[in-house]
Amino acid sequence: MSQRRIGVYVCQCGGNISDYVDVERVASQAADNADVVIARTAMFTCSDATQADIAEDIRQHQLDGLVVASCSPKLHTLTFRGVAERAGLNPYQYTQVNLREQCSWAHTDDRKGATDKAVTLVEAGIGRTRLTEPLNPLVVDTMPKALVIGAGITGMRAAVGLADLGMEVYLVEKQATVGGWLKSMDTMYPAGKTPKEIIDQLDEQIHQRSNVTVFTEAEVVQKGGTFGNYVVKVALHRPTEQTISLNVGSIIVATGFDVYQPEIGQYGYGIDGVLTLPEFQDFLKTNPGPMVYHGRPVRTVSYIYCVGSREGREQPNAHTYCSRYCCTSTVHTALEVFKHDPGVHQYHLYRDVRTYGKYELLYSESREKGSLYLKFAADQPPAVERTGDQLKVTVNDLLTSRKELAIPSDLVVLVTGIIPRENDALVHALKLPVGKDGFYNEIHPKLRPVETVVDGVYIAGACQNPKTAGESAASALAAVTQSASILKKGKVQLDPQVAFIDASECTGCGACLKVCPYEAISAQSGDNGQSAYVVSEAICKGCGGCVPECPVEAIRVQGYTNAEIRAMIDGLLMEEVEQI
Amino acid sequence: METLREADEVTAVMSQTQIEFEPRILVFSTNNISDPGIDLAGSSHLHYSPRVVTIAVPCSSGISSSLIEYALKRGFDGVFLAADGDECAYLSDCNERTANHVADAQKWMKIHGFQPERLRMAAICSVCAEPFVNYMHEFSRTLTALGPAGDKNHGL
Repeated sequence: MSQRRIGVYVCQCGGNISDYVDVERVASQAADNADVVIARTAMFTCSDATQADIAEDIRQHQLDGLVVASCSPKLHTLTFRGVAERAGLNPYQYTQVNLREQCSWAHTDDRKGATDKAVTLVEAGIGRTRLTEPLNPLVVDTMPKALVIGAGITGMRAAVGLADLGMEVYLVEKQATVGGWLKSMDTMYPAGKTPKEIIDQLDEQIHQRSNVTVFTEAEVVQKGGTFGNYVVKVALHRPTEQTISLNVGSIIVATGFDVYQPEIGQYGYGIDGVLTLPEFQDFLKTNPGPMVYHGRPVRTVSYIYCVGSREGREQPNAHTYCSRYCCTSTVHTALEVFKHDPGVHQYHLYRDVRTYGKYELLYSESREKGSLYLKFAADQPPAVERTGDQLKVTVNDLLTSRKELAIPSDLVVLVTGIIPRENDALVHALKLPVGKDGFYNEIHPKLRPVETVVDGVYIAGACQNPKTAGESAASALAAVTQSASILKKGKVQLDPQVAFIDASECTGCGACLKVCPYEAISAQSGDNGQSAYVVSEAICKGCGGCVPECPVEAIRVQGYTNAEIRAMIDGLLMEEVEQI
Repeated sequence: METLREADEVTAVMSQTQIEFEPRILVFSTNNISDPGIDLAGSSHLHYSPRVVTIAVPCSSGISSSLIEYALKRGFDGVFLAADGDECAYLSDCNERTANHVADAQKWMKIHGFQPERLRMAAICSVCAEPFVNYMHEFSRTLTALGPAGDKNHGL
């Protein structure tokens, strides 16, 4: 291997690193490397002045590799890639070494240990940089059109948002009408507009915009093409069965959720007078005034919370997550009941009340109006049985010396949560990442909350996790912003750190082909008629799942090759290796 | 006499190494999920052994058993795979895939005299700072009890 010309910069981070790590020693040990042309420390490597110094060094010393040892790569990888690029060095020949979050801050109690570690971390960074090759991002043109799947509140809000940014929008809905779950609901918390008013208003806004086309009774059946210009096939079921083809730059999936339906016998479900929360809300809507259920006046209502939510992992197909909306919805429903009849006794049997944010006010109000809250343990759920004319709910109350209480009730309401909607055909067509809980997975719940690993495919609303209508609309706007930021530019760079296959080493065994769920790998017959495999750069996500499958290491992920990782391992063991 | 003293010194040095043995641990983390969790441990100034070092990759299922073997052969006393649990954005079955590579590596370890306890895999989420540090303390203790890995035990 020919000698490299690498520059190494060790950041003091204004003391955040240098208070705990001897940065001068780290830099001087880095300088001992034959490939290292220059090694320095700086007070703040990310400052404009130091960035300019680094760029100047790159030009003056004709560096072909750059290492900055500073904070976590999540913060400044792009910053220093930019410095490299501005100075004419390929940005992918840069390595960021994590000297702060994973060294100085984690070992504030051990200066020598932290410094020894820092030396090896930098050595690993140099080892990796030595093997880097220039990579060029694929630039693809993007179509200024977007597809929104699902016309509930999320999809409708997204369509309006995209249209207002000048995008051509196709809104595809499986059902005959738009509006999703909301159009059939009665009241929403917090007080204000009814769901129908909100949906009608959005529907009107969509109709006013000429750049939104709505397809109802339609389904997405296939996605082809590549990021920036996906070709999506949509099956229209009306007026006649036909399949149309749409070219779009991005896709927002807003397919929503399903409601949990208890099994017969679960908390007495199936007994007359035991209802789910949606069934009870429906009953309230259709029966104004004092409540009478099946000819009997209702004087006592008991609510059992967390039915079908936060289940133990030991149960098969357990819904282990919190459905988030149901506590507040129940508390709100209880307040509606008081409007029907202020004298009704209401018992809330809960595990934890999660009326988060300003909804705490609803919880307080329900208590002030007379709702009683009883806490039960997850492993001691309440029991429901019918005794004569009444229902009896038995519960072990955790907050009053674990006394067993029997509550005679006229109605028992099971507070049911939401579950992911099954849509295997869509998951398959779009290659949507599905989490273990059955909801679609974003890249990161906080940092990249609407992006999926499939470029240009975004998720919003309750298809990604339980959300309220307000939260769903907010996530729709996040997806709109992400989507438009790509489409407005007209072109986009794809990360070149994806898999590639060295054709000279590929034996054509096809092991990699079978493990890629994105279908990024395909066969191509070589010159000698022998088949070899190639990776589509635009489709590959760079996860590396295929790498261990290759018996000859012919398939590698750029920037994460096994050779680079081995070089890092050697660097990390510098002293050991030297001793041996 | 001369030789005897030398031998004494060697024994003294060796017993000192035994006492001061602090295992080297290599952690493989994932860019989107477990590495931010490990970052958070540092941001929270939670301490763990500085002999713990991390290499971040896109997804744990991309770590070939050969890399785990390489790390042990070269001198790490233990390897910890900080996997994504249920949260991996790339592959819904990444845990199973990673577990398969772990199983392959363990077969190799058995043949080459590395105790199976030297390889661990656990889910570390993006805010799992404390669990990560606890795992490291526990893993360091286990490895300290086992002593240096593989070839370092014999011959060297």
